[in-house]
Amino acid sequence: MATTTPKTAFWQGVRDGVPFLLVLTPFGILFGVAATEAGLPLLETMLFSVVVIAGASQFTALQLMVDQTPVLIVLATALAVNLRMAMYSASLTPYLGGAKLWERALIAYFLVDATYACAISRFEREPGWTLRTRIAYFFGAVLPVCPSWYGLTLIGALIGTTIPDWLALDFAVPICFLAMIGPMLRTAAHLAAALTSVILALALAFIPYSLGLLIAALAAMMVGAWVELRMQGRAQPVQS
Amino acid sequence: MISSTTIWTVIVVLGLGTFVIRFSFLGMTGGRPLPEWMLRHLRYTAVAVLPGLVAPLVIWPAATGGTLDPARMLAALACVGVGLWSRNVLAAMVAGAVTLYAVLGVTAFL
Repeated sequence: MATTTPKTAFWQGVRDGVPFLLVLTPFGILFGVAATEAGLPLLETMLFSVVVIAGASQFTALQLMVDQTPVLIVLATALAVNLRMAMYSASLTPYLGGAKLWERALIAYFLVDATYACAISRFEREPGWTLRTRIAYFFGAVLPVCPSWYGLTLIGALIGTTIPDWLALDFAVPICFLAMIGPMLRTAAHLAAALTSVILALALAFIPYSLGLLIAALAAMMVGAWVELRMQGRAQPVQS
Repeated sequence: MISSTTIWTVIVVLGLGTFVIRFSFLGMTGGRPLPEWMLRHLRYTAVAVLPGLVAPLVIWPAATGGTLDPARMLAALACVGVGLWSRNVLAAMVAGAVTLYAVLGVTAFL
C-alpha cells in the first residue's frame, strides 16, 4: 500500500470537502437571504458567518432575534445547538491532540459539520496516518468548505429577497443532514444510536432551547456504546 | 427591527462561546489518550446528534406551518435509503432533491 504524504493527504482532503459545496450552497445563500430579510446590514451579516461559522446556530440565533427573544436566551439556545461540537472536538482529539497549540486553535475555529464529517471518517479508515498527514488532510477539507461559507453568505445577502418560494429551499438543510446519515449507519450499534436519537428528539421536542436534542444525543451515544459492547460478546473492563 | 446592540452582542458572544466549545477537548487534552469507554461513546457522536437534529425538520417542516408534508417526507426517505444503499453522500443528496421536486411538481399539477 502506498504511503500517504501530507501533500497527498491535503489534496485528498480538498477532494473529500468539495462534495459538501452542494450542501453548503443553499445553506449559505439562505443564511445571507434570511439575515438580510431580518434587517441585518451587510457588514453584520458577513461578520455573523465569519465569526460564528456554524450554520444551524446562526439560523437559530437569527430566528430568535427576529422573534424579539431576550439576548440571554438567544445566546443560550444558539450555544446549545453548538454543544455537539464539543463532542466533535473530543472525538478528534485522539487524532489531532498532539498538534501545536496554535494549530489546534485554528483546527477548532474551522471545526464545522462538514470538516468534522470528512476528518473522522478518513481518520478511522486510515489508522496508519501520521499527525502531520492528518493535519494536512484537515486543512485540505477546510479549503473548499469554509471560505465558501463566507462567499455564499455574501451572495445570499446581495440577492436578498429575490428567491422564489417554489424552490422549497427550506428543505435543503434537512436533505444535507439526511444524506450524511445513511452512509454513517455502518453497524447495528450505529443504527441503534440513530434510532434512539430520532425517537427521543421527537419525544422531547417540547423541552425548550434544544435541550431535548442534547438529552437525546447523550442517550443515543450510550445506546451505541452499549450495543457495541453487546456485539463484541464480552464485557470490557470498567475504567475508573 | 433588531437593535444594533443585540446583533453585535450575539455575534461576539456566540462567536467566542462557539470557539470555546470547539476548542474544549482539543485545547485541554493536548495529546493525552482518552480512556476506552469515552472513545466508545464518541464513536457514536455523529449518529447520535444528526438524526435527532433533522427528525423534527422532516416531521414538522416550518415551510408547511409544521404539518406533515408528503413531498418532504418522501424526499427524506429517498435520501436516507439511497445513502444506506450507495454509501454515497452525493447520491443521497441528489435522490432527496429529485424526489422533493418531483413530488412537489406532481402535487402542484393535481
